Amino acid sequence: MPANAFNGFTDYGIGIGLRVPHYNHILSEKPTVDWFEIISENFMCDGGRPLKILDQILEQYRVVQHGVSAYFGSAETLNREHLKRLKRLVQRTRTPWLSDHLCWGSVDGRYTHDLLPMPYTMAAAKVTAGKIRQARDFLEVPIAVENVSSYAEFHVSEMTEWEFLSEVVERADCGILLDVNNIYVSSRNHGFNPLDYIDQIPAGRVAQFHIAGHSRYRKYILDTHDHPVIDPVWRLYEHALRRTGPTATLLEWDAHIPSFQEVHREALKARRFMGEVAAHA
Amino acid sequence: MPEAVPAPKRQSRREYLQLQRLMAGAVMRPLSPRGRLQGHWLDGQPMRKVAAGFIKPNDRLTSFERLEIYNRQYWFRLLDCFYDDYPGVRAVLGDRRFARLTEAYLTQHPSVSFSLRNLGRGLLEFLAAQPQWTAPHGALALDMARLEWAQIEAFDNAAKPPLTMDALLEIDPARTRLQLQPHVTLLELAYPVDEFLIQIKRTERLRDEASNAMEAHPSRWRRRLQRRWKPAEVFLAVHRHNDTVFYKRLEPGAFRVLSAFRTKASIADACQQLGAEDGGAPDAGGKVKSWFESWASLGWLCRSGRRG
Repeated sequence: MPANAFNGFTDYGIGIGLRVPHYNHILSEKPTVDWFEIISENFMCDGGRPLKILDQILEQYRVVQHGVSAYFGSAETLNREHLKRLKRLVQRTRTPWLSDHLCWGSVDGRYTHDLLPMPYTMAAAKVTAGKIRQARDFLEVPIAVENVSSYAEFHVSEMTEWEFLSEVVERADCGILLDVNNIYVSSRNHGFNPLDYIDQIPAGRVAQFHIAGHSRYRKYILDTHDHPVIDPVWRLYEHALRRTGPTATLLEWDAHIPSFQEVHREALKARRFMGEVAAHA
Repeated sequence: MPEAVPAPKRQSRREYLQLQRLMAGAVMRPLSPRGRLQGHWLDGQPMRKVAAGFIKPNDRLTSFERLEIYNRQYWFRLLDCFYDDYPGVRAVLGDRRFARLTEAYLTQHPSVSFSLRNLGRGLLEFLAAQPQWTAPHGALALDMARLEWAQIEAFDNAAKPPLTMDALLEIDPARTRLQLQPHVTLLELAYPVDEFLIQIKRTERLRDEASNAMEAHPSRWRRRLQRRWKPAEVFLAVHRHNDTVFYKRLEPGAFRVLSAFRTKASIADACQQLGAEDGGAPDAGGKVKSWFESWASLGWLCRSGRRG
């Protein structure tokens, strides 16, 4: 049974990100993994090894696409070339849903290749929601948007981040990829209570979770995906799961990547929380 | 009765775009020599004042410092990407000059693609137009950059259905237009940069693995390598076979025939490109046949599209 209208995949369980250092292990050992998340842009090419590897993975595993450059929050229109390539990939992977970030990163056709923070304004919410709808209509696949870690806030913001996220997903009628590590990082960088965030978003729209590690600096926390998940983030995950019910969950580990087994072991820690929530449901 | 506080002015769509232009401009601006956000904005205003105008400070960081995090991340990410994509150009110039070249190039040619894979798309043109970044190694650096861009293209460009030798023997050589696979790049080089790049990668691997002595003197090993690098004309094809990128040296005549296929020529037209040296030799027919056999076995040739 889906936990909510935007989560038809409660049985997806716990996935990990598909990363190059693990290719050989995955293809030779064929470990049991609930699903893999791929970074869409790494496979939006015309040929070669990336697509060959992807096809081999698709023969064995369920794959969900996660993007980093749709930039729904950029004030400019969607990039048609990007969308066309993305659609070709969607048709290849048959991803059940597709996620990208609630952020911007390009302006006047120039790309920063970063996930830049949104001004939390109604103007931004309207533009962003409109673009998510356009993308969903073109791609013909459900879309979930992910909250990003941020290090700056704008004077012009008219609402909190969680109010903005709620405004966008309600207007776009789309799902949420709730990254609890990003909530933790941003809460430390901006001084809000992360439980307020989790308690006030529409839980019925959470289609997927992300969990990850981060790096702590003297004056701020950086979302680096290069460490195990810390206990406070696991507690936030547990809290969020109680609101959403069992939901597809993915561990991100993108730098200083350890062995496949270590990454998978870290991801599977989520199982305990998922099991407890399911038992009390 | 308390005085009514006017509601803050709501952001318009135009202001939303302007905010993004301002922030992107700051994020993509080169770092100061000390690796910080530059102290002054384009119009000479103090950057602290500009940043404070649109970014909130918090109890630990000023607006300037918060903006600086994004500025530094932008450059670290892009420099890292170039560092990985162009080890050969880096070895020719040395790390410091390579970083200056990268910054100059990316400042004048910011990314216009959603993919970092395309970051170096304009580099060859840039190097040709602005030789001051590579002098006195301009020709060598340009050849190396051509080879390294060709590798990127070979890695993930499309592969069309290849023509086998049997299929080639059956087609009308005067009428059927052929073309090279999109992943094949032909290079006419003034330096044997294919050999240099192999040396560089081997040396870097050794440095990574063990040699503290080499690590301590990176410029010394680079100079040692450079002394061995002498000009020599090379005709090269960079291509993909079984999902691995390879280089293949070509005879000048073979290079000319293949170059003709780049413009979708027929076999007969392409063979017209052979000079007297190749075409007039007693064994010319056998040689050309062996070339085609080799190219067919590598899957380099395919039929041209209808517009060919």
